[in-house]
Amino acid sequence: MEDCLAKKMEITVSEAEKRTGRNAMNIQETYTAYLIETRAVESQSEGQCAPVDSLWRRYSEFELLRNYLSVTYPHIVVPPLPEKRADFVWHKLSADNMDPDFVERRRIGLENFLLRVASHPVLCQDKIFYAFLTQEGGWKEMVNETGFQLKADSRLKALNATFRVKNPDKRFTELKHYSDELQSVISHLLRVRARVADRLYGVYKVHGNYGRVFSEWSAIEKEMGDGLQSAGHHMDVYAASIDDILEEEEHYADQLKEYLFYAEALRAVCRKHELMQYDLEMAAQDLTSKKQQCEELATGTVRTFSLKGMTSKLFGQETPEQREAKVKVLEEQIQEGEEQLKSKNLEGRDFVKSAWADIERFKEQKNHDLKEALISYAVMQISMCKKGIQVWTNAKECFSKM
Amino acid sequence: DTSLAEVNSFSPSVPISPSSMINQYKFEDGPELRDLFITVDDPESHITAIETFITYRVVTKTTRGEFDSSEYEVRRRYQDFLWLKSKLEEAHPTLIIPPLPEKFIMKGMVERFSDEFIETRRKALHKFLNRIADHPTLTFNEDFKIFLTAQAWELSSHKKQGPGLLSRMGQTVRAVASSVRGAVKNRPEMFTEMNNYMETFSQKINLLDKIAHRIYKEERDYLNEMKEYGPIHTLWSASEEDIAESLKGIASCIERCCKATEKRMAGLSEHLLPILHEYVLYSEILMGVLKRRDQIQGELDSKVDTLANKKPEKDLFSEEIGKLEDKVERANNALKADWDRWKQNMQWDMRSSFTNVAENNLRYYEE
Repeated sequence: MEDCLAKKMEITVSEAEKRTGRNAMNIQETYTAYLIETRAVESQSEGQCAPVDSLWRRYSEFELLRNYLSVTYPHIVVPPLPEKRADFVWHKLSADNMDPDFVERRRIGLENFLLRVASHPVLCQDKIFYAFLTQEGGWKEMVNETGFQLKADSRLKALNATFRVKNPDKRFTELKHYSDELQSVISHLLRVRARVADRLYGVYKVHGNYGRVFSEWSAIEKEMGDGLQSAGHHMDVYAASIDDILEEEEHYADQLKEYLFYAEALRAVCRKHELMQYDLEMAAQDLTSKKQQCEELATGTVRTFSLKGMTSKLFGQETPEQREAKVKVLEEQIQEGEEQLKSKNLEGRDFVKSAWADIERFKEQKNHDLKEALISYAVMQISMCKKGIQVWTNAKECFSKM
Repeated sequence: DTSLAEVNSFSPSVPISPSSMINQYKFEDGPELRDLFITVDDPESHITAIETFITYRVVTKTTRGEFDSSEYEVRRRYQDFLWLKSKLEEAHPTLIIPPLPEKFIMKGMVERFSDEFIETRRKALHKFLNRIADHPTLTFNEDFKIFLTAQAWELSSHKKQGPGLLSRMGQTVRAVASSVRGAVKNRPEMFTEMNNYMETFSQKINLLDKIAHRIYKEERDYLNEMKEYGPIHTLWSASEEDIAESLKGIASCIERCCKATEKRMAGLSEHLLPILHEYVLYSEILMGVLKRRDQIQGELDSKVDTLANKKPEKDLFSEEIGKLEDKVERANNALKADWDRWKQNMQWDMRSSFTNVAENNLRYYEE
């Protein structure tokens, strides 16, 4: 972690702004642009601050960056972006992308994304990433020039395609299974949490009605009037307190959401490995069959049934020259195939090694982050209860004075 | 307490005994001062060819001289309570008779003969009788005594004796005849105030009743969601290693929250909701009492008017008028005294229920 960019550079996504412009199809659209500010971290001895550089990026550019990173570093669990559309909202929050609260939470999410990438030992050294932070113009072209889209394996996009791998790596299978479980459990949790928030909101807000009625009632009472009035005030305070409480909880929900999306990234790594393994096996299979063919042609024996064998039987055998030519072609192919297989094997081993290293790093990060998130959630609940205690103690006092 | 003295001087049937004076205050303090203890318990269902009904055991313990024995145990059904209430209303039209639990629950939450319904009714009937016992005037009512002491067949024969349905209908007809408009004419300021107060109070108490029910419902919905929320964490902990303990911890905390919420809800349904409901009924009762007072006043006023036009029969009427005036004044004073008592009780009730709610919430949050 000593070399990572995050230590050398302060990165913030400080602002969000609504913009209108024309898109690729020349249709006018509204979008939000985010201001990225960077500043080199100087040694504090001089007490001087380096100047701040800044540029504007929109969400689609972040997406482009992430896609590039995913393809270029297939063995890395690439940090996820905050959600494109608001999901798991409870009724008070709007699902509108232009809603200021949503934009604000997305701003924080984007900043978090950049910080995650900047503190990753491998990703932070990427030049495209650096350019994203520092070079406003021409960045898109730069990314496209890397030709990463060609590397992207379209097969990965088919979500449900299964590749029948004969010797799956058990660790990766387990990991994929884990990422599926994590995804399902976190999304379930977020859904129910949203419903709980909704209900809690209801309970608190109805108490506000008490406040109104108490106040009206106190007008006709003599001895009870004061007590009622002040109790009513406390009910209003109680009802209003839920807004802040739930806003804080949204922050917790966002932390969980990050790991929901991380689970996807994890799964992506597993799939890439699966694909790699599949290709390897296919290549090995291909090689074996070619070798067999070669042998058959060379010795003239037909060990396995083949259409060619049948046709040659029916239409007459080939001439020795033809056969020799074929053998030569096959021998070349076999040579190529063996080299390819070797490099694929090497690639595979490298992939597994570096992937596993990153996965270990990810696991530690996940455990640490989730633990902290759970702790802060508990702290939030305690503070909510403390507020409740205060309000009801006050209310009780008012009631007893009636 | 001057109002009490007035009550006693205008109601010759009330023996002035120290204990009955002290009985004015809420029955919760000083059981040593009471001389009449009533409990309602042990609901039993009876099935006959015609109907099914529930009887409750009414146990009375007393040190009063006018009771032949010091302990009584009888069984009564809801109809009997209804009868008692209407007799009391007849005898004391301007006193505040405590509310009875309703015949049916409209909300449809509870079946007619479910345990919950029977228990709620039993508690309300218990309160009803005890409130009568605590009332300085009502406690000495003859029908009340019979209700507490007579065996089943004695009670039914007594019931048949009273002024029949027809005479009661006659009263109602007369009451309607002296219409409300006329009755409002000479109404003393105090009762107009009371009327205004009751209108607003009735409105507010109905609102509070609705609000409290709504809160109960919202809490129940919250509880249901929480019940699903906890186990998810346990499920999650199964796929984790490092954070499994934390997750299980959260799951168990959520479970405790659920239990605390259940307690809070129980507190609401046992303490606050019934009291609010009683006072909703009370507000109706009080509006009725004020109306009846107005009617009596109306009778007086119309009699006075006729007197003004029939000078020669002055003497004849003056006695009648005197009686009516007495009646009205007695009624007024009884009402006023009762009213003050009632208000104090209500305040105390409200205070204790809301304090209870507050306490429950405290406990909830502390947990």
